[in-house]
Amino acid sequence: MLEVLKDSNQKKLTAKDFSSDQDIRWCPGCGDYSILKQVQSVMPELGIPKEDIVFISGIGCSSRFPYYMNTYGMHSIHGRATAVASGLKASRPELSVWIITGDGDSLAIGGNHFIHLLRRNFNVNILLFNNQIYGLTKGQYSPTSELGKKTKSTPVGSLDHPFNPLALSLGADATFIARSIDREPKHLKEILLRAERHQGTSLVEIYQNCNIFNDGAFSTFTDKTNKKDNSVYLEHGKPLIFGAEQDKGIVLDGFHAKIVSLKDPNVSIDDLWIHDESDRNKANILVRFFEDNSSDIDARPRPFGIFYQEERGTYEEGLNQQLAQEVELKGAPDLNKLLAGANTWEK
Amino acid sequence: MTLEKENTQVKNVLDKVTILYAGDSGDGIQLIGNQFTNNTALYGNDLSTFPDFPAEIRAPLGTLAGVSGFQINFGNSAVFTPGDLCDVLVAMNAASLKKNLSRLKERGTIIINSAGFDKKNFRLAGIDPADNPLTNSSLDGYKVHQIDITKLTRENLKDSSLGSKERDRCKNMFVLGFIYWIFNRSLDSTIDFLQRKFKSKEEVLEANLKVLKSGYHYAETSETFSNRFEIKPAEMAPGLYRNVIGNQATSLGLIAAAHCSGMNLFYGGYPITPASDILHELAKHKNFGIKTFQAEDEIAGICSAIGASFGGDLATTASSGPGIALKGEAIGLAVMMELPLVIINVQRGGPSTGLPTKTEQSDLLQAMYGRNGEAPLPIVAAQSPSDCFEMAYEACRIAVEHMTPVFLLTDGYIANGAEPWKYPTAEELKPIALKVRGARKEDEEAYLPYKRNEDLVREWAVPGTPGVEHRLGGLEKDKESGNVSYDPDNHQVMVNLRAAKVNQIAKHIPKQELDSGTTDSKLLILGWGSTYGAIKTAAQELKTEGVDVAHAQIRYIHPFPENLGELLSNYDHIIIPELNDGQLVKLIRDKYLIDAKALSKVKGQPFHAQEIKNEVLNHLK
Repeated sequence: MLEVLKDSNQKKLTAKDFSSDQDIRWCPGCGDYSILKQVQSVMPELGIPKEDIVFISGIGCSSRFPYYMNTYGMHSIHGRATAVASGLKASRPELSVWIITGDGDSLAIGGNHFIHLLRRNFNVNILLFNNQIYGLTKGQYSPTSELGKKTKSTPVGSLDHPFNPLALSLGADATFIARSIDREPKHLKEILLRAERHQGTSLVEIYQNCNIFNDGAFSTFTDKTNKKDNSVYLEHGKPLIFGAEQDKGIVLDGFHAKIVSLKDPNVSIDDLWIHDESDRNKANILVRFFEDNSSDIDARPRPFGIFYQEERGTYEEGLNQQLAQEVELKGAPDLNKLLAGANTWEK
Repeated sequence: MTLEKENTQVKNVLDKVTILYAGDSGDGIQLIGNQFTNNTALYGNDLSTFPDFPAEIRAPLGTLAGVSGFQINFGNSAVFTPGDLCDVLVAMNAASLKKNLSRLKERGTIIINSAGFDKKNFRLAGIDPADNPLTNSSLDGYKVHQIDITKLTRENLKDSSLGSKERDRCKNMFVLGFIYWIFNRSLDSTIDFLQRKFKSKEEVLEANLKVLKSGYHYAETSETFSNRFEIKPAEMAPGLYRNVIGNQATSLGLIAAAHCSGMNLFYGGYPITPASDILHELAKHKNFGIKTFQAEDEIAGICSAIGASFGGDLATTASSGPGIALKGEAIGLAVMMELPLVIINVQRGGPSTGLPTKTEQSDLLQAMYGRNGEAPLPIVAAQSPSDCFEMAYEACRIAVEHMTPVFLLTDGYIANGAEPWKYPTAEELKPIALKVRGARKEDEEAYLPYKRNEDLVREWAVPGTPGVEHRLGGLEKDKESGNVSYDPDNHQVMVNLRAAKVNQIAKHIPKQELDSGTTDSKLLILGWGSTYGAIKTAAQELKTEGVDVAHAQIRYIHPFPENLGELLSNYDHIIIPELNDGQLVKLIRDKYLIDAKALSKVKGQPFHAQEIKNEVLNHLK
């Protein structure tokens, strides 16, 4: 199979062009398949030549991902994809760099690099496959597993409070924070597109079902019967409405969110919380929407979509500006001058 | 050579002098050491320095633990070490005298700041005031000059608007001026330095200049020394020289290699003693397009470099033992992916945090074997401050031409030490053959990332190149396609290939030569890295004493030069001095099955030439 050359890029690429010749080795029924498919299908829409796209992963089930993409890729070491991607992006700012990681890879062993990548704001995309379990090592609890999780390594229940990846990201000053789910391909694709378009680090948490070790972890948000009552899809400038009949809304009373029924004649759609992606305070409430102490916590839907986005200079822009400035200040590089230094003498 | 006080103004001409400046770690000892070094280099002496300071930035004032020292050996002929014992000891306080007196030659000269010998200083140094070394005749064998430098400095600056702390800080300039007069030096290089350093702090500049000159004039008028000393410029190979510090030379080597290969230099690292100065030096030269990335930890330092290497940069990282330990897994990844990467270990005393500011050579086996699995990589070692340039350059050349991570070993001693350097021009540097493949044409066969040339080097394709998209990773790969492979035979083939590729590098490095002696000599002293100067000095002195020894210093440690085994087979006696518990000696015995003997020293201090001489003489008894 011949691939496109750079000068004949007019050829329209398809999802198939992004599929490598490697057999996919995830368990049948794994949520990773769906995510791979959406990523492959969104690639041609980015308008980026295939050779300028790089997928970098760490270790874990999801981290096999780059082998299945017919782009440049690296399956690095556990927790370090973020660090590898930082160096690549610093060196080659023009590339479109995608980090594939899981809840263990990015939040346990790679937690440090994860937060530092976010604060530096390299223009890369992080797809965090969150299945709330360690799959590749056969079923230990992860940093996002719920408290009391019974697994092989915690037969009487886990003791550690779970991480909230989006709250953590907001705390680390991420400039793009979103959540999607493996079973909503259309939504996922939309979020992926937005993530790539964002200038800065885009953090996309993707709920992903591990049907072997943690089956049904997110069924509340995927089962046809009740998913609409349990999830709210955020859209910029639109009110927060959810429910099987789109009959429930969310209002903001001070710093407290409240669920209201749109069937209540005293409630107007104008009273509802209007989603604003640029509002950091609201984002703070949204990322913790399902874990505060409110009495209606069980009735609260899980938000999906873009929680927060801001424009902030990227690390690589700053880096290149500095290099240009230094040339202006100190002149073009002159190796002979540098080797001689300031003080020389002749023998 | 000691400084004789004579009743004459005629200059005394000496061959070699060693001065040890010692004081509290806040006394500015390193600064005057460096100033005197630059001045000495410009004057034309050959020289070698040894800064020796505590790990604490502000170690407890006045205590033995807080003593900072800077030793310089300079002369009118070749100088290879900072000197075993010193001729002149500058002691700014009681602790620095107590700690360093044993390093002074018999009848040596001591210049004392008497203000540092009060009750408080005695207490902090653990000296019984009744046992005041200035009065109890313990210094009778030395020539002692007491000056109240603190008082004279204050006197000088009584009209300055600076606070008393800032005024007192100038006292190191008094010492420097004083020493400049004794050695008949010009103040110009330090005046230039101060003017640049305090460009925007006029008051501080004025104060420092005033005290510097005052120290100079004091030496002249006080008649402390009634004569001055001169060490004539050294005979050196003709050419242009500059002074260089090891870490600086390492940085210049990296920059030069990037320049000569046409690559962009990327440095990912995390601050650690004694390697941080490489990061500092590189960050100064961003107009060369150098990207320095101070990462969140050692692991991110090397992983960012691996990312940059994947992107096509000349990627480098530096650390010291503990940091290298953290980088181990990532080094294995670079071995597996066969990407160029230079890893510099500026070794320090270990294990664990060990002795951060002291020197040691105890990470050789870590470089050789410190990874999981069979993960061979080339190792080179620098033998002197200026050699850091050449070996850094060589590390880059080997990495790029052989598609492999390369270890460069230096250590705290040569990294912080300085010497004159006959620096090269860009045109004189060995070319670096960078081969990166271009876009794949329609009729070309598929790109196979692990297909190798005759040197077993794989072809490098970087992102952005159409038609050669591929995936790398830490999983074992098929020997040509690079696809993940669990095939048992393929794994054996790949393990063998990775080893053979590194061994093959022996064909592309210089043959091992003798530094002195012949193949008929009775005994060979075989060294590696920073022991060069001490061994060379020992070998020279032995020769003048009529003992026939040969000396070879290994700079290419893995693979060894092709002829090393043959060279070693000439000797019945081989001694390997190392600042570790015997690491090179293990590699040599393992590879060549010869009975080489170790001379180990693990004190955080470099060898004295005398220690090596003694071992040789014992051996030949």
